[in-house]
Amino acid sequence: MRYLPHTEQDIAEMLQVVGADSLDALFSTIPEACRRKNDLNLPEPMTEWELNAHMAALADSMAAAPHYKVYMGAGSYEHHIPATVPFLLGRSEFYTAYTPYQPEISQGTLQGIFEYQSLVAFLLGMEVANASMYDGASALAEALLMASRITRSKKLAVSSLIHPLYRRVVRTYLGPGDFEIIELPYCADGRTDFSQLTSMDGLAAVAVQSPNFFGCIEDLSLVSNMTQGSKTLLVASFTEPLAFGLIKNPGSQGADIVCGEGQSFGIPQSYGGPGVGMFACKKDYMRNMPGRLVGKTHDKDGKQGFVLTLSTREQHIRREKATSNICSNSGLCAMTSAVYMASLGGTGLRELARLNYDKAEYLKDRLCRAGFKIPFAASTFNEFVVQFKPGFDTTYQRLLDEKMVAGLPLSPYYPELTDHYLLCATETKTRKDMDRLIDSLTA
Amino acid sequence: MKEINEMNLPENVLYSTDHEWSRVKDGKVRIGISDYAQDQLGEIVFIEVPEIGATFKKGDVFGTLESIKAVAEMLIPITCEVLAVNTDLEGSPELVNQDPYDKGWIIDVKPDDSSELNQLMNKDAYLEMLKGMGK
Amino acid sequence: MQEMVGTTGLILNEPLLTERGRKGRCGISLPRRDVEYFPLDASIAGEGPNFPDLSEVEVVRHYTRLSTWNFGVDTGLYPLGSCTMKYNPKTNERQAALPGFAGAHPLLPASLSQGVLKMMYDLQGFLAELTCMDAVTLQPAAGAHGELAGMLIFHAYHQSKGAPRSKIIVPDTAHGTNPASAALCGYRPVNVQSNEQGVLSPETIAAVMDEETAGIMITNPNTLGLFEENIQQIAEIVHARGGLVYADGANMNAIMGIVGVGDIGVDVLHLNLHKTFSTPHGGGGPGSGPVCVKTYLEPFLPVPRVSEKDGRYFLSEDFPQSVGKLHGFYGHVGVMIRAYCYILSLGPELKKVSQLAVLNANYIKEKLKDTLHLPYDRPCMHECVFSDKNQEAEKVTTLDMVKRLIDYGFHPPTIYFPLVVHGAIMIEPTETESKEDLDVFIESFKNVVKDAKENPEMLHDAPRKPKLRRLDETSAARHPCLTC
Repeated sequence: MRYLPHTEQDIAEMLQVVGADSLDALFSTIPEACRRKNDLNLPEPMTEWELNAHMAALADSMAAAPHYKVYMGAGSYEHHIPATVPFLLGRSEFYTAYTPYQPEISQGTLQGIFEYQSLVAFLLGMEVANASMYDGASALAEALLMASRITRSKKLAVSSLIHPLYRRVVRTYLGPGDFEIIELPYCADGRTDFSQLTSMDGLAAVAVQSPNFFGCIEDLSLVSNMTQGSKTLLVASFTEPLAFGLIKNPGSQGADIVCGEGQSFGIPQSYGGPGVGMFACKKDYMRNMPGRLVGKTHDKDGKQGFVLTLSTREQHIRREKATSNICSNSGLCAMTSAVYMASLGGTGLRELARLNYDKAEYLKDRLCRAGFKIPFAASTFNEFVVQFKPGFDTTYQRLLDEKMVAGLPLSPYYPELTDHYLLCATETKTRKDMDRLIDSLTA
Repeated sequence: MKEINEMNLPENVLYSTDHEWSRVKDGKVRIGISDYAQDQLGEIVFIEVPEIGATFKKGDVFGTLESIKAVAEMLIPITCEVLAVNTDLEGSPELVNQDPYDKGWIIDVKPDDSSELNQLMNKDAYLEMLKGMGK
Repeated sequence: MQEMVGTTGLILNEPLLTERGRKGRCGISLPRRDVEYFPLDASIAGEGPNFPDLSEVEVVRHYTRLSTWNFGVDTGLYPLGSCTMKYNPKTNERQAALPGFAGAHPLLPASLSQGVLKMMYDLQGFLAELTCMDAVTLQPAAGAHGELAGMLIFHAYHQSKGAPRSKIIVPDTAHGTNPASAALCGYRPVNVQSNEQGVLSPETIAAVMDEETAGIMITNPNTLGLFEENIQQIAEIVHARGGLVYADGANMNAIMGIVGVGDIGVDVLHLNLHKTFSTPHGGGGPGSGPVCVKTYLEPFLPVPRVSEKDGRYFLSEDFPQSVGKLHGFYGHVGVMIRAYCYILSLGPELKKVSQLAVLNANYIKEKLKDTLHLPYDRPCMHECVFSDKNQEAEKVTTLDMVKRLIDYGFHPPTIYFPLVVHGAIMIEPTETESKEDLDVFIESFKNVVKDAKENPEMLHDAPRKPKLRRLDETSAARHPCLTC
């Protein structure tokens, strides 16, 4: 096996040094009763070439671009990934290293993550960002736990337009902890109804996603104005960070903690993971943050350098009193998103965000003209809800046969929204693609 | 780290078994950590202090001291209410290392029962205790 | 002696991203605008972030230069104990990047995602076979996430018996993630000490196990690199009082094909695909932490589960007792693909992987035990733990020695862990290192110890060869600067 360098002679020489008769004898401290009785029942090893064929066959069965046109967002977005991104992340000095515990020989990762933290903080309009969480969903759960620690309250208000799968993850994390979670309903325009908030007190946090699950842009300042003067924190969640190239960022609207999924920034969709959980907050709350942080310092000669810092928050020091149990994070995906943000630059980000907005508006406009209903009036970014006619599922199936995925049916998540679909159009969809979709829908 | 006989242990404070010192002045008690405690912890990078008005029972955790790689809890030597905290420590936690008995004080408190102070150690008793720990 | 691996070379400086570029540049080919500008409600519009604008060449140079300041497994021996820094096969990267996988949307209908579902289903089966456990979830995103899943399963199990419990037994050698994960489920960790042989005694567990205790979290082999030989008696004690046994599989690389974890009393086990199954550590992640359970705990596994019927694969939510969802979608599928390819490439030879990992660790232990203090002198598993006790006279610490090791061209081992060994040096070579490379490492460590005797000052000053010397972590923590 090419990953195992030992020759028979190496093994013999080494066993002699160790004082064991055989490889099996190395395990003498394992009681006989603990030994496995049968051999491993696994397929015979594949050669590299057999593996290529096997994996190609599996991959070919998947519905993905360019063969399929997928108009589905809902937390996983198809964006162009420039060749530079995978090439740079393919530098094995990045991907075959581990957590930068030894800063002298990890400055590449450390400076890269420091820059990532900075770009995320700029993007979200926040003061500090951490070195990443697993994904947008776990980041939200951790944000709510953090808000609860800061405010010493276990009562949370969560918008029903936060990604339904994220809300389920929140319930799992908070399940054993005796929390009270109040779901805020939504208004007719596709945004969260905050009217109940006036009658609630002692909340640890109000959690809102913008753009929300329907693609609609929320007015976060409504919430921060309501919570002003109270201890309640505004936790802003997101699934599409590209939106902040166009719309107001959460920080400028008074968010205290901002968390979300960064997959859109150069990370392949990969059937939902790995992505990157972006996590930022106001500086006042920095010591309550979960996850790793990279800070700037200098070496013995006074040269600028970077280290992991504020580690006393973390599990390897504070154990059961840590701010989180997280150890491995999504470091390489964080780095990926930083390379992508650096490639776009501020100018490119604004242009690409505007293009996403206009592509989706174009599709919305054509759908309207074709007689389909757009039920929610609020502004959207690159995805939106369409109400089709009853019995649309057969059309949906026909479109699948034509290699088009006409959005995500919403009824499994919102039973009241039968025949409602969430459609997404990013820069990857050309006008021609969208015209073809409309033609097929109306055929 | 310092040897026991190198410790700076002033006479004008009382010591607890958890290495906090207390000094009575004008009916208030000032509390900090001993030279031994700061030396054990090494370079202190952050100190979490209680809010003014907080009340503690003797032995309660009233704050934490952090070095880069360790966290230590501070235990209150007497039942009391917090009157003031040393706000200089926020920007300069190193004061606790440099000057633990003066500029590095942690909190001022109002004792519930001043007689609790009688249970604390003077310098000689504390020094004996430290020597005993070394063995 | 042959020339040392560590040397000096031309290293280029590189400023922060924010100090580069010029407004108006762009490093991306912006897609053609083939639609008109639509009206935009001014009340939602923002300014956009003030990112630096860079050309493609600037971006490439920036990150290429940064990468040269890093040490990875592809650079050299990376014996970071408990992290299993084995070689990351390149073909696995290629397979995970296939457009069908990389471009797959997670909410596609099952009929359009058979390939990835089959991969997941088969991987579950392989992991069950390797561990002798009955059912597997791939959803946890890392080891600690797997621990959380495991603790949630404990919690749900005791809840289902109508008797929730409040404590959990955690040995002093455990990773910090263990007590932190347990605390997330409201469990209060009860710490227990290992005995003089470095393993847990059944009596120790019997003394603390009661009807208030949910169970035990045990790492086997433990972080001293020793097999917990009393595991079966311990499991009996815990089970007899209604508790469950959780095994942290961080060190599974020692026992594949040797020990069937499911046959020795373990109820729940997590694996680390980024350790045992060769997926890259990525400078901190992403990992993947599948959780394996026995049949009676299967109903509690996270949903959705990957199932199969008549050769068709699908996701199923129909498990009413499930602890719920832990990840927005199904976990780190891209990482699973790499681990799946690794298993397909090795098959039953995974047993050989463990044998050679253990051989390499014992070889280092034997060769260095006359040089470094070895607190537990007995056959080890995949890693061995030394200490700096022999260097006390020179006032040279573990930190000094491993920093000097950098100059010789090696990544330092894990240091100051486990906590039970003062000044611990935890070396895990992994099976992918050849005898020649181990010999150079051993020789280098001996030289470091010689340096410590002859010139301790040089060690206090190490390393000298990397781009930067020792960094001031104290000022970084006193005055945190976390953004540009």
